Amino acid sequence: MSDTSKTVKSDSSETAKVDKAEGVIEEQETVAPADDPTAAPVTVVDPRLLVREEGFKGYVTEFKRKVKGGELGSLPVFVGLIVIWTIFQLQNDRFLSADNLSNISYYMSATGMLAIGLVFVLLLGEIDLSVGSVSGLSSTLFAVFAVNNGMDPWLSLVLAVLTGIAIGAMQGWFFARIGVPAFVVTLAGFLGWNGLMLWLLGDSGTINIPSESGPIHLLGQGSFFMDQAIIGAYLLAGLGVVLTLIGNFGEQRRRRAAGVPFRPTSEILLRVGALAVASFVAAAVLNNASGVSNALVIFLAALVIVDFVLRRTTYGRKVFAVGGGIEAARRAGINVPMIRITVFAISGGFAAVGGMFFAGQTASATLSAGGGNTLMLAIAAAVIGGTSLFGGRGTVWSALLGMLVIQSIQTGLDLLNMNTSIQYMITGGVLLGAVVIDSVSRKSQKAAGRG
Amino acid sequence: MVHVSATPVLALRGVSKRFGAVQALTDVELEVHAGEVVALVGDNGAGKSTLVKTIAGVHPIDEGVIEWEGKPVSITKPHDAQGLGVATVYQDLALCDNLDVVGNLYLGRELLHRGVIDEVTMEKNARELLSTLSIRIPSVRIPIASLSGGQRQVVAIARALIGDPKVVILDEPTAALGVEQTAQVLDLVERLRERDLGVILISHNMADVKAVADTVAVLRLGKNNGSFPVKDTSHEEIIAAITGATDNAVTRRAGRRTAEAAK
Ligand SMILES: Nc1ncnc2c1ncn2[C@@H]1O[C@H](COP(=O)(O)OP(=O)(O)OP(=O)(O)O)[C@@H](O)[C@H]1O
Ligand SMILES: [Mg+2]
Repeated sequence: MSDTSKTVKSDSSETAKVDKAEGVIEEQETVAPADDPTAAPVTVVDPRLLVREEGFKGYVTEFKRKVKGGELGSLPVFVGLIVIWTIFQLQNDRFLSADNLSNISYYMSATGMLAIGLVFVLLLGEIDLSVGSVSGLSSTLFAVFAVNNGMDPWLSLVLAVLTGIAIGAMQGWFFARIGVPAFVVTLAGFLGWNGLMLWLLGDSGTINIPSESGPIHLLGQGSFFMDQAIIGAYLLAGLGVVLTLIGNFGEQRRRRAAGVPFRPTSEILLRVGALAVASFVAAAVLNNASGVSNALVIFLAALVIVDFVLRRTTYGRKVFAVGGGIEAARRAGINVPMIRITVFAISGGFAAVGGMFFAGQTASATLSAGGGNTLMLAIAAAVIGGTSLFGGRGTVWSALLGMLVIQSIQTGLDLLNMNTSIQYMITGGVLLGAVVIDSVSRKSQKAAGRG
Repeated sequence: MVHVSATPVLALRGVSKRFGAVQALTDVELEVHAGEVVALVGDNGAGKSTLVKTIAGVHPIDEGVIEWEGKPVSITKPHDAQGLGVATVYQDLALCDNLDVVGNLYLGRELLHRGVIDEVTMEKNARELLSTLSIRIPSVRIPIASLSGGQRQVVAIARALIGDPKVVILDEPTAALGVEQTAQVLDLVERLRERDLGVILISHNMADVKAVADTVAVLRLGKNNGSFPVKDTSHEEIIAAITGATDNAVTRRAGRRTAEAAK
């Protein structure tokens, strides 16, 4: 995310200049707040610590240093997105049209849900190969409950998601308690749950789900936030920006009061400005098509909640700790098996939710749901977005960024009428590319002492 | 110097620990009183770290009893030991490479502010704590992976001081430290004693041991090999107990002296 501020900085250098004077004073305070006695002994700053210089140049040097040190962050994603969008736009000028971008935003939320769950698992340094099959099974379970047995659709949804959570917890149990490698347990799940789904669908093959109301309607392509009201999209964008602003300044105030380094106002304004530009442009584009799909809204809400859980709660901290060092986590009193089981349960739960999204897309439960390259795409999205396969490093926003890339490729290839064979090859290539970037950056992180 | 209270805070009675075919500890006895620094010494592989880990709950004991303030307790997982008030700095440090200094210091006992991790207070306390140890760390917000060995060790030591421990166990805390930092750690050990904490200090450096310890407990091949009051035991006697070069008379003599001192 931090890269956004840097890229945007060049075009919004005016704002930067205005804030500069203010920023200078504050950064001095950061080092040794004169008015705060408690912070006085902390003035010992290692002279070797590279402190960012003032202004734009400071950002550039810091950025270069980070890239060299392998802290690529979201850089590859933005470069990738620009390259992909340029290539597809050159091939087909409908690619960057509002309608197509709106399509991308709608279709990415299903696989995106799977990717959110995978981020948890990847943070542990493990992998869950069963998410695709679990998502397919969940859509079928929903159809069996709601259509074949006439149960309430919302109850069916809850049951389907609970099943996903239970499946995940069970796989996690085999991994955490029995010690079977996660890769093998979930590989078994990949096949087994797919088999169960096929068995449930039986000879009917496909179960059509009525989509006039209920969850399937909500997740369908025709369901929009605030019924397509123009204001809806801007409301969402505004909400995001205002909350970020409040959060950032609140944090700044608390940090200043405690006498610890805080983010200068100029940087906050830059970051929030970048977010504002991105979200309002996105809102305008989506409004230009038909509005913000409810599926996307739910996906974004899930991202915000999960991000909060991972970064701000003790549970999230434990997940990172287990991913960073099992023995250290254990000795710190963390119940490692419990974390592992819950993480796999979360992954299963999100897979099931993603399955509902797939069902919403087609208003049916089909034999092919969650099959094909679904799993690959979800893993690729999480990894492309910057969550490391090696555990302990990543954010849930990688599910969003990675999905933007992945769904752009998918939609682009569909626009160009590429057939499945080509799509598979390209997906495989993209996944390989993403893990290569991950591994290389991990190597240079090691060399730079941040491994 | 030793304010020997009647009941030790922590006592091991006949503790044994096996790792497969290795009998790492056999019938080990150890007592730590409040305000006492016990140096635990012994050759490589003597079982010092294993003993520490049994107290800390990393490796539960096979036989024997651990007493806490006179009452037998069961320590089967690190959480149990932390709950009692045992803080441990392990020889292999055991820090999470991906978390920053603050995250590591507070791992497992994060401060909360309205149910949410309170990064600000944690960071403030961390900076204060590290500055009292006068340790230079570039920033409390960089991942542990980018610290030097000694800096990591300091973080591990600082970690033990967060929370309110009653017994602090330091497994070779000065092994990787520079001259100044070693002195700091020894000062720290003395401050812990002044605060009436029990300290178990493992070290191969006899000068350090003689400088701060009240009692020296020697382990040899997983067994007790004498326990000596520091002030009237010579360097040579300790070395002899460690290497096992003592002839029996000397061991007995040392044993008698400990018994007298205890009276
Ligand atoms: N996890 C383990 N599994 C099997 N054997 C172990 C384990 N930990 C320690 N041991 C064995 O227990 C014995 C004591 O080891 P320990 O680490 O306690 O020695 P130490 O006294 O701390 O030595 P040093 O001074 O080198 O740190 C050794 O023989 C070692 O091989
Ligand atoms: Mg040892």
